[in-house]
Amino acid sequence: MQEKVVVKGLYKIFGPEPEQALALLDQGLSKDEIFEHTRTTVGVQNAEFAIREGEVFVIMGLSGSGKSTLVRMLNRLIEPTRGQVLIDGQDITQMGKQALIELRRSVVSMVFQSFALMPHRSVLENAAFGLEVSGMHKEERHARASRALETVGLAPYADSYPDELSGGMQQRVGLARALATEAPILLMDEAFSALDPLIRTEMQDELVRLQSTQAHTIVFISHDLDEAIRIGDRIAIMEGGSIVQIGTPEEIVTRPANDYVRSFFYGVDVSKVFNAGDIAADDVLTVFERTGVNLRAALAQLRDRGRTLGVVIDRGRQYRGMVSINSLAAAAARGAGEEPRWEAAFIGEVAPTPADAGLSDVLGRVAGSDYPVPVVGADGRYLGIVDKTILLQTLDKTT
Amino acid sequence: MANDNLQIEIPVGEWVEAGVDWIQVNLTGVLDGISDVLAAVIDAFEGTLLAMPPLVLAGLIVGLATWRVGWRFGLFAVAAMALLFGMDIWDETVSTLGLVIASSLVALAIGIPIGIAMARNDSVEAVVRPLLDFMQTMPPFVYLIPAAIFFGLGKVPGAIATLIFAMPPAVRLTNLGIRQVGEEHIEAGQAFGCTGRQLLVKVQLPLAMPSIMAGINQTIMLALSMVVIASMIGAGGLGNTVLTGIQRLDVGLGFEGGLGVVLLAILLDRITQSFGTARRGAAPSGLARLKRLFAADGPGASGRG
Repeated sequence: MQEKVVVKGLYKIFGPEPEQALALLDQGLSKDEIFEHTRTTVGVQNAEFAIREGEVFVIMGLSGSGKSTLVRMLNRLIEPTRGQVLIDGQDITQMGKQALIELRRSVVSMVFQSFALMPHRSVLENAAFGLEVSGMHKEERHARASRALETVGLAPYADSYPDELSGGMQQRVGLARALATEAPILLMDEAFSALDPLIRTEMQDELVRLQSTQAHTIVFISHDLDEAIRIGDRIAIMEGGSIVQIGTPEEIVTRPANDYVRSFFYGVDVSKVFNAGDIAADDVLTVFERTGVNLRAALAQLRDRGRTLGVVIDRGRQYRGMVSINSLAAAAARGAGEEPRWEAAFIGEVAPTPADAGLSDVLGRVAGSDYPVPVVGADGRYLGIVDKTILLQTLDKTT
Repeated sequence: MANDNLQIEIPVGEWVEAGVDWIQVNLTGVLDGISDVLAAVIDAFEGTLLAMPPLVLAGLIVGLATWRVGWRFGLFAVAAMALLFGMDIWDETVSTLGLVIASSLVALAIGIPIGIAMARNDSVEAVVRPLLDFMQTMPPFVYLIPAAIFFGLGKVPGAIATLIFAMPPAVRLTNLGIRQVGEEHIEAGQAFGCTGRQLLVKVQLPLAMPSIMAGINQTIMLALSMVVIASMIGAGGLGNTVLTGIQRLDVGLGFEGGLGVVLLAILLDRITQSFGTARRGAAPSGLARLKRLFAADGPGASGRG
């Protein structure tokens, strides 16, 4: 995938003498020491990352960690002190006023935590705001704004005013306003943080759904790890103006860079982080279904290895069924005359689960069954099993 | 004695006189220009209002009061009009109203742009703010002197004194309103690619409108009070009635003039305030409300239930 937004050595110093503070930073002084010496505040230091086209990149951190400053440097609502921001390979920190305005009108749009809708404009006029300032004719911009409102499910409210809508609906208008410009890059600054939890989850799902139909490159600021995991393809964690770790949600949870990162997921529901494929282990003996291997051979194999369970797969590693010593023995005894079929030995109550099933789905099945749950990939290939031990170990990782 | 030795005279009065003389000699053309423009504006408003048949004008005022404020206030307006006719001060009231509208309009035309400039530039604010303080703490009578010296007696100097006296709230509240526009709205405007001018016209001014309207309301009220005082230099109108009452020690006449001013003040205040409380740019009452009512029956609103 192509890299859409590349940030190189980006710094923001707030205060009267940024140069001096930069020099001290280069000498390795900490943020607090610099504040003591120069009375300047380091907002962001040495941010470095690349966001791929169509990716949802979540920047996470506590308040004051510099995440809002960082995202505002991506469209220069805040001027970077040093460093580069490349959008489609072009350094926006070198752009002139007019080029910057063009960039904001057609390439980068933004959604705000406080919605920032114009109270004197109707929902439709709010959604059309970006198009209006870029000089589009009324009919055309209203048509496009209507489409954007339809996308977020607010078409019936086009003539309402923001103060007549609930918070969730207002933020849908904010989203529609950003979508209407058809900018490929969306900056979302704590876009859902002001909403109550139920609506927040709903909006997150909405965003994920939207991404599946019209993929934007999204930079999403959040302080909520659950949210980051839900919607993020990758997460960058910020502390004190620096990025301390960048990785996929699993990487962040399984291999946190430091205690600060770890502190985020106390209380995080791991069943959302992992899916069945992530934790499936190849702990069970596999038996190939092919000529020359019959039920008795399999039975002997299990006994030799001291196992009670086995998974039968074909030569393409496609999952066929699960067998136990008991089921094999019973099937062999029943079909005394002819060669017994494998199907007769499969344990009926065991059904495979897809690899992308959430842990919360698997949890119930594993807990309620005497057997582990086999996991298969999208192509039907056998990946491994999830049993009670594996589940408990996973759940224990974060507590 | 010792007192004589310490006495230092600062001839502020002389300096001001010298300045005034200089202006009179060197800036006659400018003064005449200002005078002509103002006279034209005043004539336009006062002339039109006075030329109207009194019943038509009264009907208009009652209609406006009913539409903007409500039927109860409409009834009040009817009573006020009847009282003004009954006290036989209709022409004076209309003359005052015309002068108030004319000088308020000029005050706003100058004051609002200054307020905008102040909001957008801190140095402008630093210069203008003390000037406004000065203008507002100066006793209103003092404005009459230079106005009369530069422009003689009559309606024009009256309007000059009035618009200077009435301008500060419009400047201040425009500045305040724009500065109070939330950072998030400014950011939203910028993030979607507003130029400086678009930001002003599409974001700052509309959001500052309630504050600006409050400034307009105060300017009009101050203009009314000053127009009455300006009758001392021949501005005419209700102020004249009051002035005559004072000169003749005629309590009845003075009270009638005063009552006329109060009635006019109440009408102007409530009607201009109603524009400030209108939540949206277009008045949502009247037509717009009807339109939305009908629109609600259309297919567009079906999802609302």
